[in-house]
Amino acid sequence: MSAEMIRKAPLLEVNGLVVTTTGPDGETVRLIDDVSFTVDDGEVVGIVGESGSGKSLTMLAVMGLLPYGLEVAAGSILWRGKDIVGLREQQLREIRGRDIGMIFQDPMTALNPLRRIGSQLAEAIRLHQRVPRRVARARVHDLLDTVGVKDAAKRARAYPHEWSGGMRQRAVIAMAMANDPALLIADEPTTALDVTVQAQVMRTLEKARAELSSALILITHDLGLAAQNASRMLIMYSGRIVESGSTRDIFLSPTHPYTQGLLKSRLAERDERAYAIPGNPPSPRLRPSGCAFAPRCELSRGRSVCVDARPRLELRANGSCSACHFAQELGAPVAPVGSEA
Amino acid sequence: MSDSRSDEPLIEVADLHVTYGRRGAVRRGRGVQAVRGVSLALSAGRTLGLVGESGCGKSTLIRSLFGLSPVASGTIRAFGQDITRIPPRRRREFGGRMQMVFQDPYSALDPRMTVHEIVAEPLRITGRYDRRAIDELLDRVGVSAEMAARRPGEFSGGQRQRVGIARALALNPKVLVLDEPVSALDVSIQAQILNLLDDLQKDLGLSYLFVSHDLSVIRHVADEVVVMQAGRFVEEGTIEQVFDHPEHPYTRTLLDSIPHVDFV
Repeated sequence: MSAEMIRKAPLLEVNGLVVTTTGPDGETVRLIDDVSFTVDDGEVVGIVGESGSGKSLTMLAVMGLLPYGLEVAAGSILWRGKDIVGLREQQLREIRGRDIGMIFQDPMTALNPLRRIGSQLAEAIRLHQRVPRRVARARVHDLLDTVGVKDAAKRARAYPHEWSGGMRQRAVIAMAMANDPALLIADEPTTALDVTVQAQVMRTLEKARAELSSALILITHDLGLAAQNASRMLIMYSGRIVESGSTRDIFLSPTHPYTQGLLKSRLAERDERAYAIPGNPPSPRLRPSGCAFAPRCELSRGRSVCVDARPRLELRANGSCSACHFAQELGAPVAPVGSEA
Repeated sequence: MSDSRSDEPLIEVADLHVTYGRRGAVRRGRGVQAVRGVSLALSAGRTLGLVGESGCGKSTLIRSLFGLSPVASGTIRAFGQDITRIPPRRRREFGGRMQMVFQDPYSALDPRMTVHEIVAEPLRITGRYDRRAIDELLDRVGVSAEMAARRPGEFSGGQRQRVGIARALALNPKVLVLDEPVSALDVSIQAQILNLLDDLQKDLGLSYLFVSHDLSVIRHVADEVVVMQAGRFVEEGTIEQVFDHPEHPYTRTLLDSIPHVDFV
């Protein structure tokens, strides 16, 4: 316990986050339903989930960028121990872009099509640092060099449309790095790119991250991509975290039937039938009252506790956390009291 | 088919060139050569995988099968007939035998029509509307009668793709051209659709030309595969040949790009 107290606050700590919106009949819909996690300095965390699972929304909430009509209804978001929920836009702006760098899926929409790439990068620097233009420009060239853009001084004068998708995403990574952030958040950074370019951009991102020794939250639907890059993973389903743990543990001994289903869904050899999780994810409006995964779950098979009670995210004997009433049947009993994660 | 011998491929493309540009530019060889001399054959009941990255010409190639690309030279034969330059009116006569399934089930379905109407449309156009046949078809692809009365806006991606497949099957085609049919779907749903396509192929004896950028999908579904780069096929062969013994450096690059996880 004393070790717990002297430990430095995590870089980012999200506690009991609930994001709501108003449904068509005026009812409150919980899009993010009680999500908690931490990210430490220098750590790479993957958030994996399907579309609508709430993985992107969680990070938009962290950055104070929730779209109109959505709000943080409960919970706290601690940045270096300080709650940033409800901060004024001006204060948030000081964190975004300086402490937190963002990389989105589509680099074309993240860049201004009417301005030269170099000038956009210089602006990102000068928004947060009082440096002369000349210094900013030199820094831009260094940044572009770091993300593997050759002949940076010349190419910084190009407009976004003159660059390929992969090159543009490098520019966005350079922009995210511009102010030495402590945390990079990358939301499906390679999904819009061709396969061969994906691998290059991920290498660039990892190199950039290592150079800054910043933390990285990698949001993706691709379990393989997350596993290749993240040391720890959070698996989201229907607005909740259903499993979290080290990448290795999640891959070798998943402790939630949804995670298990995702791993089995990876395509096997030809002639073998693909494993498919039956059914569809529920819309947040119609989320079942107990476990959200219960109607599709092979482990539950309609057992009443799955229908009636929402399972809590509990520490398992192998060190992962999972939210399943019957995880012990997957060989993952609840960890004995007093054991450390 | 009376007009094709059983051992003859259903679709046969020979030395196809497609060039975009104004007519004069094309004649002087200054157009954009999107497809540069490709040949392929698709036999009954088989699946041919077509792999390539954006801009490689794969969309141009499949569009040319439907008469939607400006063919500069080469021939396209379908069901024993040369269809390279036949007029649109005559294309319709056999058009029902080759149908397309699109990537994005969100934009491929008319949001104002019910699912039943969407699937019925091809039959209505050809004057062969039959309520029972449509009900059976929807049942076959896993769309319930209750869902058939609703509009696709209320459907998930996987359900929409089932509807897209049903619509493509309405005219009893022999060949489906599938353009990235599972790329927009979530992992847990992808497998459902791939299994459905597998069942349909076995039950109806369909042939698939399956376009995807995802090599793990191609390895799962295809018998043979062609790898396209910059308008040409750089590699072709059976799945085993191409995946286990890739010859072209580009194929190797593609294979190396698949994220893999090693825990040792």
